[in-house]
Amino acid sequence: MFVINCPYCGERDQSEFSCGGEAHIVRPKQPTELSDDEWAEYLFMRKNIKGVQFERWNHAHGCRKWFNMVRDTSNDKIHAVYKMGEKPPVI
Amino acid sequence: MKNNYSIFSLVKNAFSQHENWKQAWGNPEPKKEYEAVIVGGGGHGLATAYYLAKKHNMKNIAVLEKGWIGGGNTGRNTTIIRSNYLWDASAGLYDHALKIWENLSQELNYNIMFSQRGVMNLAHNLQDVRDLKRRTHANRLNGIDAVWLDTKQVKEFCPIINTSQDIRYPVLGGTLQRRAGTARHDAVAWGYARGADAMGVDIIQNCEVKGIKRNGDQVEGLDTTKGFIKTKKIGVVAAGHSSVIANMAGLKLPLESKPLQALVSEPVKPIIDTVVMSNAVHAYVSQSDKGELVIGAGTDAYISYTQRGSHDVVEGTLKAILELYPIFSRMKMLRQWGGIVDICPDASPIISKTNIKGLYFNCGWGTGGFKATPGSGDLFAHTIANDEPHKLNAAFNLNRFVSGDLVDEHGAAAVAH
Repeated sequence: MFVINCPYCGERDQSEFSCGGEAHIVRPKQPTELSDDEWAEYLFMRKNIKGVQFERWNHAHGCRKWFNMVRDTSNDKIHAVYKMGEKPPVI
Repeated sequence: MKNNYSIFSLVKNAFSQHENWKQAWGNPEPKKEYEAVIVGGGGHGLATAYYLAKKHNMKNIAVLEKGWIGGGNTGRNTTIIRSNYLWDASAGLYDHALKIWENLSQELNYNIMFSQRGVMNLAHNLQDVRDLKRRTHANRLNGIDAVWLDTKQVKEFCPIINTSQDIRYPVLGGTLQRRAGTARHDAVAWGYARGADAMGVDIIQNCEVKGIKRNGDQVEGLDTTKGFIKTKKIGVVAAGHSSVIANMAGLKLPLESKPLQALVSEPVKPIIDTVVMSNAVHAYVSQSDKGELVIGAGTDAYISYTQRGSHDVVEGTLKAILELYPIFSRMKMLRQWGGIVDICPDASPIISKTNIKGLYFNCGWGTGGFKATPGSGDLFAHTIANDEPHKLNAAFNLNRFVSGDLVDEHGAAAVAH
């Protein structure tokens, strides 16, 4: 458990948020042309990084807005929070 | 076996103040090359090595463990064993394990304290009732013992449960698998370690894998903190760290690693002689032989490798426990800990070959791997030795995420995910 600095609401307990997993997985532009392997890659395969990870979060019990976060999964230290559509910071 | 345990050896060693017991397993340095290397010295990894040596005559093998035997999830789970899963593939897998559990102390000559005290799963709403009744029927069709209990029978079986219909989530009934139960978790790892060691398996502790060397599509060996080890077959059983190892081989897995918590209370006299699980309110409880209540909480809903877990998750579980068991209201909790579990999208495990030759994965057990330990080891050993899955783990291949033939046990199995 940790405190997240929501870009819209400020600092709140992590329990107010829900995690949407790995960020910056691009939705296929031509879904009909995808092979089964490519679908599996898009839907299921994850880096599941131990270390610095870029991920999506939603302030579910707050403003309900989505945003991105950079967190070290080995110690839960948060390096950066940035809005959807913004360029990911270099960590 | 070099050190047979029996009443006679106990008496004999009593005369020397128990100072002459031999070490249960050795502490060798790694050889340059092995026929196969198992990465991960937890219950599943050690069982894999044990069955490779015993059933497939592969004796020149090693188990690499980055910490110590029994220090990972093997020593962190809530020790529940059951096989009442919904789908045929899961029922086959988990009941295979349960059948091995029933004779495992004798087979290993090591008391794993297997206790078939029964596991009861509670229903708290009409959908629970329908789901659990359906699962009971499915279990019986698969030859797995399961019965449906109404509220009165639940109360008779476990009198301390609050069956008042006025609570927030009243008990509307439950299922009972009498063959299910618990075992001493670290004894399972120790027993398998001792058994594997006696057949010549090298158990190498404090040895972390740092890289996997490939030559094209074939594995060549492992870089470890104790140097390079050459091998043509690598079986990875690294639980929460499976993705970390997979990434070393340039492979991605459909896994997310999350902390799962458990806690134990101060020890008290026997009060609950079975295991009671409740999926809807997320509370499960049993009592250890030492008298501690063993309570399982849920996972944190985000990826983390911290082995801690959040306080609010524990709080939620204890609230549910207190409503179901008001008698525990003044109990003090003694210890709390977290383990990292690797969860598949369909909440079923992967025991599979990969598209890299000689690289095998046994992972994705998520929140419920302990119960499968002997079966998992047996089937993974078969898969590694024959380069083909056994029919019982054929459905649990990696390719199911491509074909779409998932084994969707999420919520269906009364598993507390």
